Amino acid sequence: MTSDRIAVFGGVYSNYLALDAVCRDARRRGAHTLYCLGDLGSFGPHPERVFPLLDSHRVVTIQGNYEVSLAARRDDCQCGYTDPRDNRFARLAYEYTAEKTPEAAKDWMGSLPAALRKDFGHRSLLMAHGSPRKVNEFLWRSTSPAPFLRRLLDEARTEVLLVTHTGLPWHRRLPDGRHVVNVGVIGRPANNGRTEVVYALLTEGEELDVEWSWVAYDHRRLAREMEEERIPKEFVETILTGWWTTCLEILPAKERAEGRF
Amino acid sequence: MSCPDPGFPQVPFLGLDTLWFQVAGTVCNLRCTHCFISCAPDNHSHGMLDLPTVLRALDEAVELGVQEYYFTGGEPFMNRELFAILEATLRAGPATVLTNGLLLDPRRCARLKRLDEGSEYSLDLRISLDGWGPEDHDRIRGPRAFDRAVAGMRNLWNAGLNPVVTVTELAEGVAGAEGRERFLDRLRSFGLTRPRLKILSLFRLGAEQRRGRGYLPSERLTSGDVIDPERLQCSSGRMVTSRGVYVCPILIDFEGARLGSTLRDSLRPFSLAYPACHTCHVQGVTCRT
Ligand code: SF4
Ligand code: SF4
Repeated sequence: MTSDRIAVFGGVYSNYLALDAVCRDARRRGAHTLYCLGDLGSFGPHPERVFPLLDSHRVVTIQGNYEVSLAARRDDCQCGYTDPRDNRFARLAYEYTAEKTPEAAKDWMGSLPAALRKDFGHRSLLMAHGSPRKVNEFLWRSTSPAPFLRRLLDEARTEVLLVTHTGLPWHRRLPDGRHVVNVGVIGRPANNGRTEVVYALLTEGEELDVEWSWVAYDHRRLAREMEEERIPKEFVETILTGWWTTCLEILPAKERAEGRF
Repeated sequence: MSCPDPGFPQVPFLGLDTLWFQVAGTVCNLRCTHCFISCAPDNHSHGMLDLPTVLRALDEAVELGVQEYYFTGGEPFMNRELFAILEATLRAGPATVLTNGLLLDPRRCARLKRLDEGSEYSLDLRISLDGWGPEDHDRIRGPRAFDRAVAGMRNLWNAGLNPVVTVTELAEGVAGAEGRERFLDRLRSFGLTRPRLKILSLFRLGAEQRRGRGYLPSERLTSGDVIDPERLQCSSGRMVTSRGVYVCPILIDFEGARLGSTLRDSLRPFSLAYPACHTCHVQGVTCRT
């Protein structure tokens, strides 16, 4: 019997080079379906290059806050930051993306589901962008205690919950055997000094197996193209060094302490 | 019991995400002129919380699926059981302590660091400043308060903990982007090379009413105001004090804001009948970090 294996990733952030590399990696590792949990645009260059790749790799996609905002032609990304500097950078990224995203793609974003339910072996599985209750909720590892996750799972009536939005990957198995996985993002590194990006491979079985796959891609080329597009140098630095330079104020103490800035 | 009042909008209760503890009651080692609950060394209107009371609330909170815990006063470090309380809390979830920094000596900071290392959840410390330097801060907080707060920050930083510095809008020009950058530079000059900063609004309550001004009659919500529950912390938070459970950290001086003696009693809608509710509504205030 072949086991059921899926690949789930978040936040493409217009990083079409990472997207292509991740999809190839996932197929090579035997994933039969690829899922993207939203936020197709943001820091990266040429947002229009993402859509043909999602198509050719047959990626099943749900909405992130970016897609909700772009489809509604809103003038802000609803990322949910509270700090003025973080918001300034978020606005720059969003304005660039909104300007370069084809109108037809924005309409398509409006047709995407906000969440996806499926049966995965004998388990029920729910995919959402931020959380089941809010597209831009930040679920960090160090501020998502088990009792709270148990409540989220109860309310959403699922045994496995997959989210992204924060950009940092983690997996928590609850004492009752249910799982919450933040699959991280493939658009930028995970604030750990590595330039690779990460996504989750889930394999069905007696125990649910959650495996992280770290994928290298041509990040120098991405950085060059970002510079050519006059994207803020702070974003380029993150791609080249693996350390976040923006969106820092929203990090809880533990996650903040793990980064360089 | 507070019954729905037809004259005010009601905030629904959405679920208990944030639980506050008035862990030092209204007892403080300072007597700030802007304190919205008038804390002072001799204000015992809310007493210190003891460990058994906190443990009982934590049991309830774990069952209810609380996400995060906040500790305030008064000055939390005046509570002799605070470390035991934090240790128990950090087994249940992340904790944030709001402090004026005066009692953060190297020994306490080292203990906090050990608590932090022992938990998979975040321990955050928040220290408040009221201006750029002693001139503003000490006028509100008393002699040497600024230097002592900065010493507390440094002690935390040296122990390996990076506090969130909160500053009220009272600090001249801090709310703008440029003012904020300058304030961060100020914090760097104290040796905090990766400063974290949060800017807070003021509530015209308690001592602040006498320092600044009280609310105007027009600063009230009416039934016609359309509120956004997600912007109001009373839709998803509660405050435990020695006198029972209150709707939020802001209204603990108002009997009508007391919702019961246990958390379960308090999980219901609330009429936004208080002038401070106007501030929350207009500014989307949250006391969360
Ligand atoms: S503002 Fe804070 S430090 Fe000042 S009296 Fe009130 S509780 Fe104490
Ligand atoms: S003061 Fe603010 S948080 Fe408290 S009940 Fe009123 S609106 Fe809610």
